[in-house]
Amino acid sequence: MKFLRVFKEAINSINANRTRTFLTILGIIIGVGAVIALMAIGQGAQQTITSQIESIGTNVAYIMPGNRLETVTNARSLNLNDADNLRNRSRAQSIIGVVPVVMGSAEVEYSGESFSVNVTGSSADYQQVLSLELAEGTFFTASQDDSRASVIVIGPEVAQRLLGKSSGVVGTVLRINNYPFRVIGVTKSRGGSQFNNPDLAVYMPITSMQMRVKHSSGSEAVDYIIIQAADSQSISAAISEANEIMRNSHRLSPRQKNDFTITNQQDFLSIANAITNVLTIFLSGIAGISLLVGGIGIMNIMLVSVTERTQEIGLRKALGARKNDIMLQFLSESALLSLIGGLFGIGLGWLLSALVGWIAASSNTPLQPVIGVDAILLATLFSTAVGLFFGWYPARRAANLQPVEALRYE
Amino acid sequence: MSTAPEAEPVIKVRDLKKIYHIGEIEVPALRGVSLDVFPGEIVAIMGPSGSGKSTLMNMIGCLDSPTSGEYYLDGQLVSELRDDDLAVVRNKKIGFVFQKYNLLPRANAIENVELPLRYSGDATDMRARSLEALTRVGLAERVFHKPNELSGGQQQRVAIARAIVNEPAIILADEPTGNLDTKSGQEILDLLLELNAHQGTTLVIVTHDPDIAAQTQRTVHLRDGLILSEEELSA
Repeated sequence: MKFLRVFKEAINSINANRTRTFLTILGIIIGVGAVIALMAIGQGAQQTITSQIESIGTNVAYIMPGNRLETVTNARSLNLNDADNLRNRSRAQSIIGVVPVVMGSAEVEYSGESFSVNVTGSSADYQQVLSLELAEGTFFTASQDDSRASVIVIGPEVAQRLLGKSSGVVGTVLRINNYPFRVIGVTKSRGGSQFNNPDLAVYMPITSMQMRVKHSSGSEAVDYIIIQAADSQSISAAISEANEIMRNSHRLSPRQKNDFTITNQQDFLSIANAITNVLTIFLSGIAGISLLVGGIGIMNIMLVSVTERTQEIGLRKALGARKNDIMLQFLSESALLSLIGGLFGIGLGWLLSALVGWIAASSNTPLQPVIGVDAILLATLFSTAVGLFFGWYPARRAANLQPVEALRYE
Repeated sequence: MSTAPEAEPVIKVRDLKKIYHIGEIEVPALRGVSLDVFPGEIVAIMGPSGSGKSTLMNMIGCLDSPTSGEYYLDGQLVSELRDDDLAVVRNKKIGFVFQKYNLLPRANAIENVELPLRYSGDATDMRARSLEALTRVGLAERVFHKPNELSGGQQQRVAIARAIVNEPAIILADEPTGNLDTKSGQEILDLLLELNAHQGTTLVIVTHDPDIAAQTQRTVHLRDGLILSEEELSA
């Protein structure tokens, strides 16, 4: 009941001077708004990165040559034999897919027109494991891989540049390193950066790649091998199976260290999360400085308010107000000021986030800012705390006024 | 001092001194004042400006503390009280009426009258008690008016209602008619005298108006921080 009355009085007093109130809380509004927006954008970025990494699948792991953590001499490169050993279902019960990959670049040519593209040689499972979607045609099959068929799947931009159209190109024959290859499929446009543009890629059976494109570097070598488990729960079992098989395949004695490295999506994910977390905290911290400035604005205006109302404070004391009553009155006012600022700031933060989301959407960047309940709670609590902290000094000054001097103040 | 000399004085001041320091200079406002006021008395304090009458008033109202001397309010030595106890004394035992009314401009009449009740820790029947006080000063029709919608005399009535709402033993009025025309001033004085007659409230009025002083039972003349004379009038 008492609290309600104090609260009502604070509202009345704040209401009496609206322009000043608004200007006072503007600092808090901007501060809270900036913190909320930056946290939302940070969280949105994190979700985007997470979903992009997860789109490759949390049930896959990458085997790469060499040991990333320790020095090993004479590390053997990976080859198709390793991939075949990993395909042994009696030894690798958790591994359901094995995809060796060879990367390279080559000149692709059609009727005198030519340019350089990234070429990926892999097995038929590649499409399913990496969720590659086709706009038309089909991906190559396991038997095409076995028979070293001269077939390719191309990105839409390759088709557009060479053939002047990105659809209806299945069956066309292109030349790569002077070998003719028949186009059997076109991938869906995924968009992307100038570098490593997936729309400017060419996929072919790994055997064809090793024979006709990358024959110089040892015909059996592969750059990395992707293994796939049934689901994300069985990935760790798959990794330990792969570890055993690879050690056997490379004939490592128990004392020798691994000359290969197996990485999981989870590792990438935690690194990416750590980076975005640091960035978000860093940026929110900078935005928090404006909250501090806003708090000083509140302190300033509360000091003015105490001076303006010196006579009122004297009167209240003459009528029996104790120090605590006066203290409570002014503290509740400053807390209320910053609380209102915090609420408006949440609105501003929401607007900013929506704006960023809209700009991102219109430029085809997959970024959707996410305003979490934690951000809203944090902003509300923090802004009220700022009000209490910066309101404390003016309130104490008011409470300590001598009644007779306050009453006499003109 | 013919008024019931056997009764304990409600206000008992002994050799009260107050020295203000303005920079290096000492300015004595009260230079040893002794005074007794008995329950139900009406006392006027008169004197030219600078005579110390306002200072004495502030001491009696527990708004200021003396440099030396003793002040007993209702038998209680005031200098022994702490800040919060003084707040309680001001709240329960004393009702203030100021020259400039000192109403909260944003609050309406009844909210102004409620103010002492809010600080009294007893919030029961706040509205009813405030309404009763306003009725007693003849403002039952104006309870929801803001101060700027009331005449000077009406504002002072609100202030009196505020002073009596906690039923204090003493009302201290500092030039209560100073800002009013003669007619409204007389009405305010009549109201205060009537409260004294009906409730037995002790009334101390600071004034420089001899016509007002003439209507009290006793007038204390102050000059240069000392009591010059006391004259008793039979009311």
